[in-house]
Formats: sequence, C-alpha cells, structure tokens
Amino acid sequence: MEFRDKQAIYLQIADYFAARILDESWLADEKVPSVRQLAVELEVNPNTVMRAYTHLQDSGVIYNKRGIGYFVDPQAKSRLQENLRDKFIQEELKSVFQTMTLLGLKLSDLTPYYESWLTEQSKQENKHENQQ
Amino acid sequence: MLHIENLAFAYPKGKALFKDLNLTLEKGNIYGLLGRNGAGKTSLLKLACGLLYPQSGSIHMNELAVSNREPAFLSDIYLIPEEFSLPDFKPEEYIRRYSVFYPRFDASYLEELLKEMEVDYHQALNKMSFGQRKKFMIAFALATRVSLVVMDEPTNGLDIPSKSKFRRIIASAIDEERTFLISTHQVRDLESLIDPLLIIDDGRILVNAGLEKLSQLFSCINTAKGEHPRGEILYREKIFGGEYLLTENPDGTENPIDFELLFNAVLHESAAIINRLNA
Repeated sequence: MEFRDKQAIYLQIADYFAARILDESWLADEKVPSVRQLAVELEVNPNTVMRAYTHLQDSGVIYNKRGIGYFVDPQAKSRLQENLRDKFIQEELKSVFQTMTLLGLKLSDLTPYYESWLTEQSKQENKHENQQ
Repeated sequence: MLHIENLAFAYPKGKALFKDLNLTLEKGNIYGLLGRNGAGKTSLLKLACGLLYPQSGSIHMNELAVSNREPAFLSDIYLIPEEFSLPDFKPEEYIRRYSVFYPRFDASYLEELLKEMEVDYHQALNKMSFGQRKKFMIAFALATRVSLVVMDEPTNGLDIPSKSKFRRIIASAIDEERTFLISTHQVRDLESLIDPLLIIDDGRILVNAGLEKLSQLFSCINTAKGEHPRGEILYREKIFGGEYLLTENPDGTENPIDFELLFNAVLHESAAIINRLNA
C-alpha cells in the first residue's frame, strides 16, 4: 500500500477500515485482519497498526474478543456514516459550494447530473450481480 | 533491555568518538539509528555487542555487562555487519556449525525465511552475490530468536523486491520479547517500520523519540505543494518551486514526519529541536 504524505499512517489505516465497512465488504461482527497480518501486508511497524486498532476501538468501529481477535462493531456503519456526514458537510461541501459560486452554478443545475450518476451506478451493480 | 551509561570511547590515536553517551533501548521496538558518516554508528553497534571495549562507562544488556562476553549474553544477541565474508560452506553446513550457539534457534523458521527471500540453498555461501549473502545473514539472525538483533545497513545490496520482503519479515518478526536496532542511511527503505528514531551526532544521542511524539511536536511543510506553515519555522530547505520546512506543530494533530528533513534539521538546528523534545 502506498501511503499519502499528509496524514499519519495510523489514521490512513483507520480510513481504510471505514471504507471497507461503508461499502459493506466487511459486515457487522465479521473478523478483521489481526494486527500482525495487517502490519506484514502493509509493511509497517505493528505498533502503528496497534494504534490504529486502539483508535478504531475507542470510536466504536471494531471490538476486541480477548484471545480471538478484532471484529466489526454492529454499530460501526451507522457511527461512521454519522461522523463522515459531518465531515463531508463541514469540509468537502464547502469547497463544492465555493466552486459552484465561482462558476455560477445553482443547486438545481446539478440535479440532472446526480440523477444520471445514480442510474449509471445501479446499472453497474446489476451487471455485477448478473456476472455473479 | 540495553543500557548504555556515560560511555566514553576513542580508537587508539584517534580523537574521542563518544565522551558521555547515554542510551536505553526498551524491548519490543524497532529502533532506527541515523547519523552522518563518521558519527560513530557502526562503532556504537560494535560497543553494544561487546566487540569493542569502552574507555569508561557501562553497557548492560538484560543486567549482563556486555564487555564480560558471557555466553548468556552472546547467545542472546546477533549482529549483522554491513559487510562480511562467509566461509566456503553451503547454507546447511553453516547452519549445522553455528546454530548450536543459540538455544532458541528455529530451523524450520529459517527454512521458511530462506524460501521467502529466495536464497539458493545449494550454493556455497562465499560464491553467493552480496545481496544473497545478506539475505542469508538476515534470515539466520532472525532464526536465532535472540532478544536483540543489531543490523548495520541491512537494506544495502538488497534488490527492490527483497527490500519489500525485508519489511514484511521484520514486521512479522517483532514482538514484545524482541528488539531490533537498525542503523541506516536508506531512510526511505525503512520509514514505515522504524519507531522509535535515534539520531547520533557529535558523540551523543541527540534524539531518542517515538513517532507519536515526533509527529505531535513537529510538522513538515512543503510550500511548493501550496502548504502553509502554521507553527514557528525551525528549519528550512530550498526545494524546486519553494521551501521544505520543519515547523512546530501548533495543535498536536498528528501528521507524518519526514525522517530526512528531521535529520537535517537536527544536524543544523539541534538546540531548537532538542529543547522541544525534552520540554
């Protein structure tokens, strides 16, 4: 895995977990990789991975069963959605609004693009399901 | 697990390399030792292994004075020098002769490591390329299962895939009972593994700090990428299209630390950096 420069590695690992859980590749109560497995896979110090796991545990994304390993918290997805929704509104949306103002776009101008994006997405999902 | 106190050392007819060096290593860590050429990295590693004797001061590993070279100490430490020659043995002969010095030696683990690093088992060690010999030594060192493995520039001579394998192997080999001390100039090879960071200069250990602390104290700002310093600027380097700055971290939000920038900052502005580390 290539790490970006601007965020501490342990937070990037936490983001990776968030992405897996939000897109449902990891489901509630599913076991996640062990600290060592992930450290080896990412070629990082196990202490760094451990920090990410402590952080994820504190924020209710994973839980620990002693001697067995770490699992996805049943509430993880809704917690992450809530947190990331706030972050999206506070940060990303602001810059979108700025760009819209600069380019003279109204919110209603975007609706058709959003709708065609949704149609495209569902088409791809169907295609994917048919292949399976 | 390793304690160096008030160490003084000079080579015969040389000027003093260390005058009052102190260093404590805690177990379960991967220490990265950085220092410019001639700072005494290799000498320090040799002193830690009992291969050189200090003029004064003491070095203990797990309560044993290393200069006594007791078997209990020697069988619990392994040094991989930067360069070395190996005898005209095939790996199995070497293993048969030398593994007996290490009570926890794990032959099946060694086999696994040699396979993973693609070391040819059937070639005499002195006929192997430098990189192959180095990989053999790394595998052998880890298979001894000693408490402290000391490595001098371990990634020198390794090809690109071997460097990646080296990182995977180190990440899987470290545990609460083991400690790695790695001296390197190839910071980029090991950046994601090293924690804590040691910097040696002017005969002393200037930095012995964990990554968490370093990234809470300092920020690396690249103005060529449109980044702006938010804390006091401690050190600056000119780069194409701007400056690369080491600044104070104003709010403690963790961000990755560029070891090369920090290293240069410590060499040029040591007081500013060290005061903040010790505050």
